[in-house]
Amino acid sequence: MLEIRNLHAAVNGLEILKGIDLKVGPGEVHAIMGPNGSGKSTMAHVLAGKPTYSVTSGEALLDGENLLDMLPEFRARSGLFLSFQHPTEIPGVKLNQFLRAGLNALRKTRNEEEIDVLSFNKLLKSKVAMVGLDPDLAKRNVNEGFSGGERKRNEILQMAVLEPKLAVLDEPDSGLDIDAVRSVSEGINRLRTSSNSTILITHYQRILDYVVPDVVHVLVGGRIVKSGDKLLAMEIEANGYDKFE
Amino acid sequence: MTTFRKTQESTYIETRKLLEESEYSKDPEWVRTLRDDATNRFSKLGFPIERRGNEAWKYTNVSRISKVPFKPSPVPLSTKNINLDYLGADENTKHKLVFIDGRYVEHLSSVKNLPESILVTNLENAMVSSSTLLKQHLTKYAQDENDFFTALNTAFIHEGCFVHIPDHTYLEDPIFLLFLNTGHDNDTASHPRILITTGIGSEATLIESSGSDSNARYFVNSVSEIILGENSTLKHYRVQQHSEEAYEITSTNVVLDKNASFSSVNVDLGGGLVRHNLNVLMKSEGASCTLNGLYMTTRSQHVDNQVIIDHAKGYTTANELYKGVLDGKSRTVFHGSIIVREGARKVDATQSDKNLLLSNNAEADTKPAFWIYCDDVKCAHGASCGQIDKDALFYMRSRGISEHEARGFLIRGFVSEIINSIEHKPYWNFINDLVGKTLDEWLQNRSLS
Repeated sequence: MLEIRNLHAAVNGLEILKGIDLKVGPGEVHAIMGPNGSGKSTMAHVLAGKPTYSVTSGEALLDGENLLDMLPEFRARSGLFLSFQHPTEIPGVKLNQFLRAGLNALRKTRNEEEIDVLSFNKLLKSKVAMVGLDPDLAKRNVNEGFSGGERKRNEILQMAVLEPKLAVLDEPDSGLDIDAVRSVSEGINRLRTSSNSTILITHYQRILDYVVPDVVHVLVGGRIVKSGDKLLAMEIEANGYDKFE
Repeated sequence: MTTFRKTQESTYIETRKLLEESEYSKDPEWVRTLRDDATNRFSKLGFPIERRGNEAWKYTNVSRISKVPFKPSPVPLSTKNINLDYLGADENTKHKLVFIDGRYVEHLSSVKNLPESILVTNLENAMVSSSTLLKQHLTKYAQDENDFFTALNTAFIHEGCFVHIPDHTYLEDPIFLLFLNTGHDNDTASHPRILITTGIGSEATLIESSGSDSNARYFVNSVSEIILGENSTLKHYRVQQHSEEAYEITSTNVVLDKNASFSSVNVDLGGGLVRHNLNVLMKSEGASCTLNGLYMTTRSQHVDNQVIIDHAKGYTTANELYKGVLDGKSRTVFHGSIIVREGARKVDATQSDKNLLLSNNAEADTKPAFWIYCDDVKCAHGASCGQIDKDALFYMRSRGISEHEARGFLIRGFVSEIINSIEHKPYWNFINDLVGKTLDEWLQNRSLS
């Protein structure tokens, strides 16, 4: 599914990712944990193609295609999805409009017909119910006036609609209370299949009680310093990141 | 193109003299006097092209207009194959007055099914048929002591229209004033004069749509006087799609009586050099106005909006929001002044101008200002100039939406607030499509270049 080889990336000339290697197979959930400033979010953004980051070397192959050669929209059309830690407000653009445009861009790539407004609204309604969002939010401007929890759930909603092959979830649990973490986790779990994969970036072990990872990686100083099973996450929860730094 | 070194005041003086002897000769004496007096004023004032100490025209240089000997279009006009569609009207539009190259064209106009008491008529007729109302109001609100262009317009008062909505009358369908510029003749000038009066408790919608499907050079110098009676409501929507070689100067003077309500949406899409002066006088308590505007400029267009709201009395409310989208090497000016007079308590006023710059070569000058001579008021203002939000752009692209489409979404999102303040649904549709079409063209050109 995804294979990252020796990925180096910098922002404003400062190297943040210093050689990342990672393999994620179909149906797997990989958790990436690490202290603040270790490069977790950078990795997520570099994979999605945020223009402020520059890749200095390495590759990231999704089903054999190098994502790093593609514009952000083509990465999404190839099946990549990034759930933002801080989703952006888009004034004047309604969530249902925005999401239909996204879905249609993906369908077009797959040579499928565009979905019309009526069918889309029906689809959206069912997905909105699934992630437990207020249905009125779909008619509001994207993320404008949404609470922190609503923004996170909105990311999961978008994932549910776009059905990516690989989802990179950048701290979907940050700023949420325990009930919201549980409901976001339920959404993530419902979307898991044997063919899609998830990279779950988190600072805390808490969400991993609900979304159980196959592999846990520890990212420190722009490198993966240790990988293991879910017990590694528990060890970090108990002892912190000190011994890795 | 010919270039002229001298300013052309004398051309207007001579043209007018000829008109007084021909077309204007049947106009009533009092109108001729108005014109004569104004001629003296504009010839004394001269074009406001002085670059030093000329605060009112600091950012807009009209010397380009001053040097061309613009003249009225010749008669008779060809009115064959006239297309009203692009102005948002057609043969089914109920109430409309049509002006071609500044001249009223009766057989294209219609004021179907108007209640008899409502007057919608071209100015030339109104001078005779409604002389009492006209004498009472015409030139009383558009000050031209120091305003060259208003004086120039008054010196040519002849074409235009008069609309009167009597007391307690509600007019459902909007009245369209359509100004087409054919570009058949070179360098034509027109000076439309519009007078609107609304009676007590009346309500109406007025739509002014002007433009050209040519790329001709012409000059429109329009003056409106709008007098709102007690408790009356007027919605005034205006759009211009002039040729990018055209010049337009407008002066709109609105006076609100007690509890009257005025809302305007001004949309600028065309024009080479455009200047709007919108002066709103809140004459009595309880008056309220909402003034919205959208200007979209590209290439070397220049659009200047000067808005003055004068709160002469307390308990008056004003909300003003203008937005601009600038591309190419275009330049825009927004200058808003809100005056709160001494003793005008409980005034509630906001004004804001927001600009989205799509190009590094575009320039927006914005200056919202307050002049407050009373303590007990609530006033807020703001201005901004910025580029497309890069984070929002990336967010959209990360969902598979192309950069081109994402830009379109973001710009449409930015302007939607102004478009959505249009309450007349068919006209909302028209403007929404028009703005969408304009943007598509821009984005298309951008992705090609």
